[in-house]
Amino acid sequence: MTQLALVIDLNVCVGCHACVTSCKEWNTSGAAGYMSDDRPYGEDPTGNFFNRVQTFEVGEFPNTETVHFPKSCLHCEDPPCVPVCPTGASYKRAEDGIVLVDYDKCIGCKYCAWACPYGVREIDEHQKVMKKCTLCVDRIYDTTLPEAERKPACVMACPTSARLFGDVHDPNSAVSVAISENGGYALMPEWGTKPANHYLPRRKMRIKIHPDELVRADNPLKKEGVQPKPDFREPSLDDVTSW
Amino acid sequence: MHPAFSVIFLTTLIGTGQGLFLALYTAQVYSTVALLPAQPGSFYAVGSAIALALLIAGLIASFFHLGHPERAWRSAARWRTSWLSREVIVLPALMGAVAAYGLVHYYGWGLSLIGINTPVEGDLALVIGAGGVALAFLLFLCTGMIYACIKFLQEWATWLTVVNYTLFGLASGFLLATAYAAWRAPALMYFYGAWTIVATLAVLVTRVVSLIRNRRLKHKSTIQTAIGVRHARIVQKSQGFMGGSFNTRDFFHGVAPRLFRSIKWIFLVLVFPVPLALLSAGMIQNSPLLIAVAFVVQYLGLLAERWFFFAQANHPQNLYYQTIS
Repeated sequence: MTQLALVIDLNVCVGCHACVTSCKEWNTSGAAGYMSDDRPYGEDPTGNFFNRVQTFEVGEFPNTETVHFPKSCLHCEDPPCVPVCPTGASYKRAEDGIVLVDYDKCIGCKYCAWACPYGVREIDEHQKVMKKCTLCVDRIYDTTLPEAERKPACVMACPTSARLFGDVHDPNSAVSVAISENGGYALMPEWGTKPANHYLPRRKMRIKIHPDELVRADNPLKKEGVQPKPDFREPSLDDVTSW
Repeated sequence: MHPAFSVIFLTTLIGTGQGLFLALYTAQVYSTVALLPAQPGSFYAVGSAIALALLIAGLIASFFHLGHPERAWRSAARWRTSWLSREVIVLPALMGAVAAYGLVHYYGWGLSLIGINTPVEGDLALVIGAGGVALAFLLFLCTGMIYACIKFLQEWATWLTVVNYTLFGLASGFLLATAYAAWRAPALMYFYGAWTIVATLAVLVTRVVSLIRNRRLKHKSTIQTAIGVRHARIVQKSQGFMGGSFNTRDFFHGVAPRLFRSIKWIFLVLVFPVPLALLSAGMIQNSPLLIAVAFVVQYLGLLAERWFFFAQANHPQNLYYQTIS
């Protein structure tokens, strides 16, 4: 069983929104038709986005940390949005685990959006159907693209490689290794949706210095400075003479 | 959640229609065993027509909720998993049963049509009506479960949702039946009136219990589980965009907290004490008009109740949309 998914490294994400714009650019140009983008330069812009980067502040000044948090469909292994769909337009592909919407069957009742705790489904106000991240299903299988480019547009765009793409059911894939070795976690585990997308936490790099490491054991007189210069005819030994 | 008026009208109108049909059938069963005076077929036929009209009005209202109403027929496909799909099947089935029930009464047909002779008056209507009763209760179950099955909308995810939908439908349907009986069959007025009072008091209890439950509710999802960072103080600094989106419009009622709270008291007054007082006065004065006014007042209250039901539900996705920038 394959389960394609994204792994997003919050330790690396700088919040540049490149994944947001490249996602919109790719998906608004696709065969499924444009994504709504109303009054983009007006007073009250609105439109569809499959991916958003949000920013959170953790802690209290001065001990704060800024977390940039990209959010798109998590392609849950037990997606609550699929069984509630009355028409079967919302479905999870057996072959690769991508959760998709059949735009020709969707009646636009919005029930699936109610049934998604993550808020990643958006109605298209013009086509009147529910839309969501497709994991760029029209890219990743496109054999006319070079193999290295058969990845979602957001992954291609990320300048810091904060987004990894692969099969999370294959224990040897890069994404599985990243999850298991870097403490990857799922969002809102309390609802049992088993999201396929995982997030890697912020990681701190610290070295531990013990007090005795601050003192040079080979300098008992605690006199810092140039060592006395012995005669050059004397035998030379490391740490004893300093030629 | 953002209350959609299409869904508010759908649930209140079909609830009343279901309740009215159940009231009609109850009276027929009682009169069959001679507990109530028998009514002419036209009483049931006109009553069924009113119930059918309410069900059709609800169905029409529901179409305004759809982006593609022309594809609505597809929504019967996933009845194995979706309560919405089940409702889409049960609602037309109930309409058919109510229409058949009314027609059978109108033409005075009996089981003798198909060669079965029984001593019971209106036997065919009793059989069709029994099916209709099952469908009406099934429809209450489907309508309630559409909301109760979404487990992370914790305000809805309780058996009280189904009970409230059922009892609100019964209360308003029996109240309409009381007004109708006061006009066409005064002998049934006190019977319907008494059951209206019972249903209204019962739903007063269950709705207040659900209000208390929701007040004490502790939401399982927090900003910590939403982004997976363990810290007591996490504040959103940007939701990622400056304008509005589906996420900011469809999951929040968007009214001031004071108005939100006042609508709760408005529906508690309009659904329970006012209609009960008007109903009692109407029954004492034998006035169909007063009882009809009681029904209209209660229906307006039910619209407020349904609005509050939707508005009170707190969707966990709102955790991600708290700060514009």
